[in-house]
Amino acid sequence: MSTRLAQGGRLIDRAKTLRFTFNGRQMKGYAGDTLAAALLAGDQMLVGRSFKYHRPRGILASGAEEPNALVGLGTGDRFEPNQRATVTELFEGLSAGSQNHWPSLEYDIGAINTKLARFLPAGFYYKTFMQPRAFWKHVYEPFIRRSAGLGKAPAAEARDPDDYEHYYAHVDLLVIGGGVAGLQAARIAGQAGRSVLLIEQGPVWGGRAPVDGGEIEGLPAEEWVDRTLEELTAMPNVRLRARTLGAGLYDHGYAIAQERVSDHAPGAQGPRHRLWRIRAERIVTATGAIERPLSFAGNDLPGVMLASAVRDYLVNYAVSPGDRTVVVTNNDDAYRTALALLDAGLSLPAIIDARPAGGGALMAEAEARGIRVLKGKGIAKATGGARITAVEVCAQAGEGACEETITCDALAMSGGWSPVVHLWSHVGGKLNWDESENFFRPDPQRGPVNHDGNAHVAVAGAANGHLGLSEILEDAGSAAARLFGSAVPEAPEASPRDEAPMAPVWLMPQGAKQALRAKAWLDFQNDVKVTDVQLAAQEGFTSVEHTKRYTTLGMATDQGKLSNINGLAVLSQALGEGIPQVGTTTFRPPYTPISLASIAGEAKGALFQPVRKTALHGWHEAHGATWEPVGHWRRPYAYPRPGESVEDAVNREVTAVREGLGLLDASTLGKILVKGPDAGRFMDMLYTNMMSSLKPGACRYGLMCSENGFLSDDGVVARLDEETFLCHTTTGGAERIHAHMEEWLQTEWWDWQVWVLNLTEQYTQIGVVGPKSRAVLEKLGGTDVSAEALPFMRWCDGEIGGLPVRIFRISFSGELSFELATPAHHGRELWDKLVAAGEEFGVTPYGTEAMHVLRAEKGFIMIGEETDGTVIPQDLGLNWAISKKKTDYIGKRAQARSFMDNPDRWQLVGLETLDGGVLPDGAYAVAPGKNDNGQVNTQGRVTSSYHSPTLGRGIAMALVHNGPERMGEVLEFAMTDGRRVPAKITGTVFFDPEGEKQNV
Amino acid sequence: MSNIARDGARAEGEVLVEGQGPQGMISLRCDLGAAALKTALAGEGLALPAPLSLTREGARAVLWMSPDELMLLCPYDEAPALCARLSEALSGTHALVAVVSDARAAFRLTGEEALLRETLAKLTPADMRPEAMPEGCVRRTRLAQVAAAIWFEAGAAHVLAFRSGADYVFGALAYAGRSGARVGHL
Amino acid sequence: MLILTCPYCGVAADETELHPGGEAHLTREGPESDDAAFEGYLFHRKNPKGVHFERWRHSHGCGKWFHAARCTVTLEVFGSYAAQTTEPPQEIREILTARRPGWDQEAKA
Repeated sequence: MSTRLAQGGRLIDRAKTLRFTFNGRQMKGYAGDTLAAALLAGDQMLVGRSFKYHRPRGILASGAEEPNALVGLGTGDRFEPNQRATVTELFEGLSAGSQNHWPSLEYDIGAINTKLARFLPAGFYYKTFMQPRAFWKHVYEPFIRRSAGLGKAPAAEARDPDDYEHYYAHVDLLVIGGGVAGLQAARIAGQAGRSVLLIEQGPVWGGRAPVDGGEIEGLPAEEWVDRTLEELTAMPNVRLRARTLGAGLYDHGYAIAQERVSDHAPGAQGPRHRLWRIRAERIVTATGAIERPLSFAGNDLPGVMLASAVRDYLVNYAVSPGDRTVVVTNNDDAYRTALALLDAGLSLPAIIDARPAGGGALMAEAEARGIRVLKGKGIAKATGGARITAVEVCAQAGEGACEETITCDALAMSGGWSPVVHLWSHVGGKLNWDESENFFRPDPQRGPVNHDGNAHVAVAGAANGHLGLSEILEDAGSAAARLFGSAVPEAPEASPRDEAPMAPVWLMPQGAKQALRAKAWLDFQNDVKVTDVQLAAQEGFTSVEHTKRYTTLGMATDQGKLSNINGLAVLSQALGEGIPQVGTTTFRPPYTPISLASIAGEAKGALFQPVRKTALHGWHEAHGATWEPVGHWRRPYAYPRPGESVEDAVNREVTAVREGLGLLDASTLGKILVKGPDAGRFMDMLYTNMMSSLKPGACRYGLMCSENGFLSDDGVVARLDEETFLCHTTTGGAERIHAHMEEWLQTEWWDWQVWVLNLTEQYTQIGVVGPKSRAVLEKLGGTDVSAEALPFMRWCDGEIGGLPVRIFRISFSGELSFELATPAHHGRELWDKLVAAGEEFGVTPYGTEAMHVLRAEKGFIMIGEETDGTVIPQDLGLNWAISKKKTDYIGKRAQARSFMDNPDRWQLVGLETLDGGVLPDGAYAVAPGKNDNGQVNTQGRVTSSYHSPTLGRGIAMALVHNGPERMGEVLEFAMTDGRRVPAKITGTVFFDPEGEKQNV
Repeated sequence: MSNIARDGARAEGEVLVEGQGPQGMISLRCDLGAAALKTALAGEGLALPAPLSLTREGARAVLWMSPDELMLLCPYDEAPALCARLSEALSGTHALVAVVSDARAAFRLTGEEALLRETLAKLTPADMRPEAMPEGCVRRTRLAQVAAAIWFEAGAAHVLAFRSGADYVFGALAYAGRSGARVGHL
Repeated sequence: MLILTCPYCGVAADETELHPGGEAHLTREGPESDDAAFEGYLFHRKNPKGVHFERWRHSHGCGKWFHAARCTVTLEVFGSYAAQTTEPPQEIREILTARRPGWDQEAKA
């Protein structure tokens, strides 16, 4: 069993007991424990079930590479699935639960899958759940979803109560990884006066060195780490940040890191996670190396652990994974684990070393201390159920004949080390295969460059393939100096690496038979075995990227951490190629998962998205407006009164405008000033109409097209003076059209003397609309708005009710109408005065829907309704607004193309349903026959459709093939329920075709 | 009475965030090398700022916004008259002068300088370190999801943003500067 | 996440402060152009593996459009320059010739 030792544990504080639960079981640990350490201390080796076969799985590792010990943490709103127990700091009251089992961790029905394993080979799902197609939705998908998958998503109604934020940091040097390499790199750059940010994913500095031992500058590694930390803390230009994971590297020195600010202290004030968005001139990744498992039958049994993890639990947490631990290895490093086990007074029946001659100095030391070393041997299989009980020893060179059975309750395995090259690869750094160490290491000749063309990322220490303290420190100092072109400093004196060469062991024993290979796991998390990769190769998946996807090797949270090299090696052997020829899969960020909430940062709740509000927003809100989002704006859709439906409100508002007085908040419409000696010329290029001929004091409706000819925006232009135009745009078009103007002025007609300025937000603009509109303005007084003084399509400056206004006599409703613009500061005051003065005229504020009905009754088009980016003005009967005199305007050439300069298009008409009902927006007019896809042919589409309270029936506009030629024809429109609704083609103007109402 | 959404709003956390209320603003587009511009500004006792900076004379300031755009700050009520005088002074020059006091909202952040910088650095990708963003440097950038101009002056951080987004900007600044959210980096 | 220095205001802008505008140095084809020329102007764009001239706007900044000469493979930025030009300026050409000999031949191909 695994247990807590009586003494030791460099990271734990035995004076502080912490209580926690696992699957409801009350357990205890110490401050400084990880959840995994505390679980092991409580003999909870079994922590989950595997993904596909539901095999019992135990804690394998001690760091971020852990594939098995993924737990659900917390409860309710704070529940979070798939958290690694190995990097979860224990805190008082922590609640964790295992995943992927039913009904319980100990008795799992899905474990029957392991008996069926030979029927669940690589690509099983692809091969099996193919036919019949109808089975997918109701049979296959529910089955797969129930039996696969790791943690469950939080409850749909759960809301994360914690807060999160971003932080943009700018530094000369970012160092990722707080082991001795990272510390040394930060120290060298710090001494050179660079601004340095050193981040470490865990809570503890120093990396592996304090556990692995050795001396630096005459001090034990742990003391050197402490001393260096003090030195760095004292440097004003160096910042240290623990619990901060370097998650991804991107272009031009951009890095993402996640700081777990209060995961270890839930409920603390401030953010739970902080996402660091770092711009660094230079970056050193000192991310260390990860130990590889060995591939032998039963290597996934609980109790089989990485040798380095066994050592970590012993030294850091005083936790022994077992009473009798066997060590199996192909390298010298695992002997450190054996010695640590001896130091802790634990029983170590044997070290099984696959190398015929065994190891070097460390082996000598082990043998001198009486440890039995079996050389040239391997493990044929590990046996046991919920826990390993024995290993069968065989010759590594053989096929697995058992020579000896050794009982044990833990097995420490080491297949060598793989540098963590992930971050280097994120930014396109290439790798070389190291033939002697049997790992990929960064190729500094093929690394990423910064915007200035200089190499800006260096990998240092174990991540760069250096596994001895002396080599690591030399490499780290040189990396930091080289990046800045400084002289490489002298490396501190440290213990050199004194180890015999490792031997590549990709399968144990090397001639293992099918039955053994089928139980030898490569990817513990995704249940990929040696035989799966071999089968993939046999079935023609020769590309490593294809094999990864077919077998799921290295997918999900593993991202190639544990499974990568062993899987590649098996694939390369199956293909008969070298590992470098097969290559590695692409490492993608994040290095380990980061929370979605930290990516969202402040953007949730009220800050999810900017909501743009007019100066009248508060009034609308207080008067019960329902909202229509237009871009980021919120515009009142209607103002339903208590007890009134939205639909009734719209009808009431429309009628009030037609019969009396309506008020519309039109502030969101774009207002762009165009000024200069060349303004007229520029306006003629922007609009399809002739704008240069517009007289000061007058207004004109105009159309803007893209260079591709399509209608892009419309609005009323007012000429303010000889040199100045004020362009009104649609609400959604203000920023876009302003940018469009700047682009043409800056990049095409830069010699034209024109300035533009977006004044949209400067003004509150109020539509005063209806037969009584003049009366209310006259009542407030200040400016002559008579038909003689201010005719239709004119504007003037003046005052209304004592407030400064610019009055535009324009109409989007067909009614007598004025638009009043006043500085937004005065907007609310003007609105309040209009509301008060209008009371006797039945003043009715109206929203965007009433505005739509009013304009549709008049056949006015709306950008975004009648247009969709494929419609040209000619389609909408707007030829009158296209100048024939102008030699050029934006879009003119495009509209001359044969398929546009042609009446054989869908063109705008009005529609009247025969039964008076309202057609659905977007409904298609059907045509005889079917197309090549067997779909019913179409000949038109509804672009706008409303109930007209003025006419008491449905009205619609539609784009219909050759529509204007087909007046009176009845078309059938397809409903989603299969019905066909007939409607007659009419003109587009349903109300007051002579325009008598607006011209009074 | 004011319509500026965040007039008088106040949020106290690690820093104090305040909506500044009515602020006179004038946009001026012109060839910044034009002699007439220099004269026009001098006539008001103002000086042309260097790129990415501002000049100030009492309650008035001139902010450099782009190679052909300035933003003048002045008391709200003075803006129309100042705009008219500048327009007159620039009448023979190709220039556009307009009052934009109502188009933008102004915010002020006060507190410990490092915290002011850290608060803004939670929202903008622009480098907020003192050496990159000294007093008097005007930086137009992105603040979370909207455009803003930022500068430090007399121990305070100043933010200009579009009026329609004032609630959002105030909310974002207040959130970034809330109690307990000290980063401790700068 | 690129950094490009705006030649107008000198700010080294983050990619999120910029708006991309595609290939630079296109010649507008107006009403007199033939169909092939107009099609080329409107639709045909280079997609080189290597040196590329691009349009960017410092949209969350001084608002100016500028040009950047950039390597699409290594992301090295050779320089940025004003948009009021129909071809890369001499200074940029010299940098390119030093950094990427033969770039002009590739650009023609």
